[in-house]
Amino acid sequence: MSETTTTAPPPAEAPREKLTKKAITADHPTWCPGCGDFAVLAAFYKVLEKRQLDHEKIVTLAGIGCSSRFPYFVNGHGAHYIHGRAVPLASGISLARPDLHVFLFGGDGDGFSIGGNHLDHGARKNINMTYFIMDNFVYGLTKKQTSPTSPIGFKSKTDPTGAIDQPVNPMKKLISAGATFIARTHATQVKHMMEMIERAFDHQGFSVIECLSECVEFFPDVFDPADPKKGGSFEVIHEKKWDNTPEDELRHDVTDELAAYKLAQLPFPGVFGVFFQNERPTKNSLEKKWIETTRDKTGGASDLELLQKTFDRMK
Amino acid sequence: MPEDTSTPVLTEAGAANSVPSGTLAPDRADLRPENIQDAVIRLAGNSQDGIQTAGAFLARLAGRSDHDVMTYMTIPSTISGGPSIFQVRMGTGEVLSAGDEADFLVAFYQHSYQDHLDFLKEGGVLLYDSDNVEPNLDDRRFVYVGVPITGLTIEALGGTAKDKGKNIFVLGLIAKIFNLDAEKLKKLITEKFAGKDESIVNTALMAFQAGYAYPVGNVLTKHYRFEHIPKPSGRAQITMDGNQALAYGLIAGGVRYGAGYPITPWSSVMETLRRELPKYGGIFVQAEDELASVSIALGCSYSGYLAVTGSAGPGISLKAEAIGWASMAEIPLIICNIQRGGPSTGLPTNVEQSDLHQAIFGSHGDSPRVVLAPSTVEDCFYIAIEAARIARKYSTPVFILSDTSLATRIEAFDEPDLSKLMADPKPDLTPRQTFKPYPIDQITHHVPPGTRILDGKYPLLAGLEHDEMGHPTGSPKLHMAMTAKRRNKLRKLAEEIPVPEVYGHQEGDTLLVGWGSTYGPIHDAAKMAREQGEKIGALHLRHLHPLPNGLEKIFAKFKRIVTVEMNDQGLYGFGQLATILRARYCEPKIQSITKTDGLTFRVKEILQGVFPGEFVSARGYSPNRPVAGNGEQDVDLARSESIAQGVG
Repeated sequence: MSETTTTAPPPAEAPREKLTKKAITADHPTWCPGCGDFAVLAAFYKVLEKRQLDHEKIVTLAGIGCSSRFPYFVNGHGAHYIHGRAVPLASGISLARPDLHVFLFGGDGDGFSIGGNHLDHGARKNINMTYFIMDNFVYGLTKKQTSPTSPIGFKSKTDPTGAIDQPVNPMKKLISAGATFIARTHATQVKHMMEMIERAFDHQGFSVIECLSECVEFFPDVFDPADPKKGGSFEVIHEKKWDNTPEDELRHDVTDELAAYKLAQLPFPGVFGVFFQNERPTKNSLEKKWIETTRDKTGGASDLELLQKTFDRMK
Repeated sequence: MPEDTSTPVLTEAGAANSVPSGTLAPDRADLRPENIQDAVIRLAGNSQDGIQTAGAFLARLAGRSDHDVMTYMTIPSTISGGPSIFQVRMGTGEVLSAGDEADFLVAFYQHSYQDHLDFLKEGGVLLYDSDNVEPNLDDRRFVYVGVPITGLTIEALGGTAKDKGKNIFVLGLIAKIFNLDAEKLKKLITEKFAGKDESIVNTALMAFQAGYAYPVGNVLTKHYRFEHIPKPSGRAQITMDGNQALAYGLIAGGVRYGAGYPITPWSSVMETLRRELPKYGGIFVQAEDELASVSIALGCSYSGYLAVTGSAGPGISLKAEAIGWASMAEIPLIICNIQRGGPSTGLPTNVEQSDLHQAIFGSHGDSPRVVLAPSTVEDCFYIAIEAARIARKYSTPVFILSDTSLATRIEAFDEPDLSKLMADPKPDLTPRQTFKPYPIDQITHHVPPGTRILDGKYPLLAGLEHDEMGHPTGSPKLHMAMTAKRRNKLRKLAEEIPVPEVYGHQEGDTLLVGWGSTYGPIHDAAKMAREQGEKIGALHLRHLHPLPNGLEKIFAKFKRIVTVEMNDQGLYGFGQLATILRARYCEPKIQSITKTDGLTFRVKEILQGVFPGEFVSARGYSPNRPVAGNGEQDVDLARSESIAQGVG
């Protein structure tokens, strides 16, 4: 705020310490013991440590849900917003302050149900941010109601005889909405999670990761079919290496929307990795371009001169 | 249709036959030439006729000539077409309201004639398109001037434009009749269409010239003189509508970011900001819905740039949860509500002041916020700057309650001294040694992300009840303390709000209290009642929540306090402001006049409400004329019997 005065040295002069896990750890998570989200938090800490981002430029944001408590557990600038609207909140920050690293966390209810419309439009506009969705197929914070990703037949407090509504397919939704980075991972696969977070972070645009993260309390063992330690199999997407080998023909082209859609059709538990990625101008860059073209025409006039000129025309 | 369309039909009230142009009927006292410095011209047609454009030219001309000007416009909510009016009142004195009755009515169609004749003063002039309108010439109250406007426009423009250009043709006629400065008008027309195809400018000038050259003769029963009287301030006059004034006020107040979703009558604010903000390095985002737009604006504000969102009632309802978060997380934000008739989709293009309680209370929980309301178009500019100042200083959401009437009307006002008003929009990213976002004993001022906190403890903004660092707490003590903290900062604000001045009598029998766009008619009513010997004052509130301290001292000086509001009297008989004032001051003498006909207050409606049975014939008001045209209106002095008791 403009009124504040301070005697602290400017950023360039203040010594900078290495960004450690300790520096970015805040409150102890309130999640249930065994919750998949702990692993996500650990992977996120590791990525921040590895990338050594400027501490003050890390912004973590979330809506409402178990996983949306995330910002409280990260020591950094951040906000815990209202249910389903974290994407537009993050959009405002991303557009006004392109110098910041905007990380958004949430669950399946927040992202695919109450916030479903914002997910589509954030994707369509390609607003620069990294959005990590912890999908547990159930409403956990409110104690076991059907979620938008609950499979048909899932018995919950709102579907005592089993869910009857067709679940959302997050990958299909994101592909058709126009997200420019779409990946899928599993909370038990920390290395894979880290890789996806890093690639999403490096992508310019609206990057979304769906992470299967088990709710041990209300939908236990649901993701075991993709967990090798529980007898399942973690099928990774093999991306094209463009090496002209016969094997490469069978690999996945991440820029191929139809191929991505086919992968998204695979029966549960499906495959993991980057489904789709393409380069498309971000809203951030398009708005910036418009600002620059407009300001070029003003001939470097000050704000006062600009408004005065407008008023002169209204005399 | 009149048979003879080649010369104007000129019939006068009180005269049996047409009289030749250029002469005035000698047998009527009120036809003697008289220097009147105030004229109300109403143009009535359909929305696609461009009557707003013609009206706006008149308003612009008045502004450039240092006259006071006030306009009034209704637009249909249909997609294209439908009846529409534009009313211009210009004068050399103080013009406060758009005028109850017109001196001069231009009717393009039969329905325009039928619907608006009641608004024409006795002895007033009806200028009608004789190609489309057949007036009842037996009604001797008015002067009739028939001009084949459609035919002559087509003739003048060569028939390619159909009847497009009628508006400018009529502007030419009016310029001639009122002896307005034709050169200045032509200059305005050229400026308006400059940048478009040159043929458009030429066509418009041809239409103007054709109207101006038409031998309409001297049809006025009164002589109007609009002398050039330079404003005492010596400042040039700016002519714009309320939504433009609001948008430019936000820019002056340092707002560079915002987001919105289209809705009548807010859309033109967002259109202006979308177009203008990039010049200032900012962005206005058109969001996918109202929830996203308030959230994007909050994101911009959190990131260090005070932002704006806005809508009309339906959209504000959708934003309510996020505004509650802004109150809880203590984020500065400006929310414009350009009110229209409600509830639900209501009357999308009509005026109402029924969102005051929504603005003050419209979120769950105790969620204090600031509510301001501009009184005039000029005030739309200044209130936006005030809203930005308060939002920053108290880190709070601030509502600006404008309405359809202010949004669409054009006024001329003194050019603001921008050099003294421009606020710095830049965020302060100076590093801090240590920082607490929510210190219990101080007003919150957030540091934007990107600010280094050298002790390594970063702040969090929370919608959960929180401790001083922003971390969640269920502590009853903290919830009490934080609730008080959020409320007390607004009490602090109340201390610095100036007590508004009372207009007219400083003590006496009646104090009219208003807020928002009713400023003009309320003050006109007070002025008129005063001239009739009433001890009456008028008080207009710009700060509605919190109210300024010290109003009780003003209220103590009057026997009754009457709020004048365009909303319903509700279950208990009081308008929305009256309800707040009664709760705040516990004064039974606070009453209200309310109405919900979707139209702005006419001066005589206020007078009849405040003084039932009196004033009906004051100043040329005809006692047998209906109060508001449509029988649906609801003007009554709420609980008038209890007022009588209160006055004692």
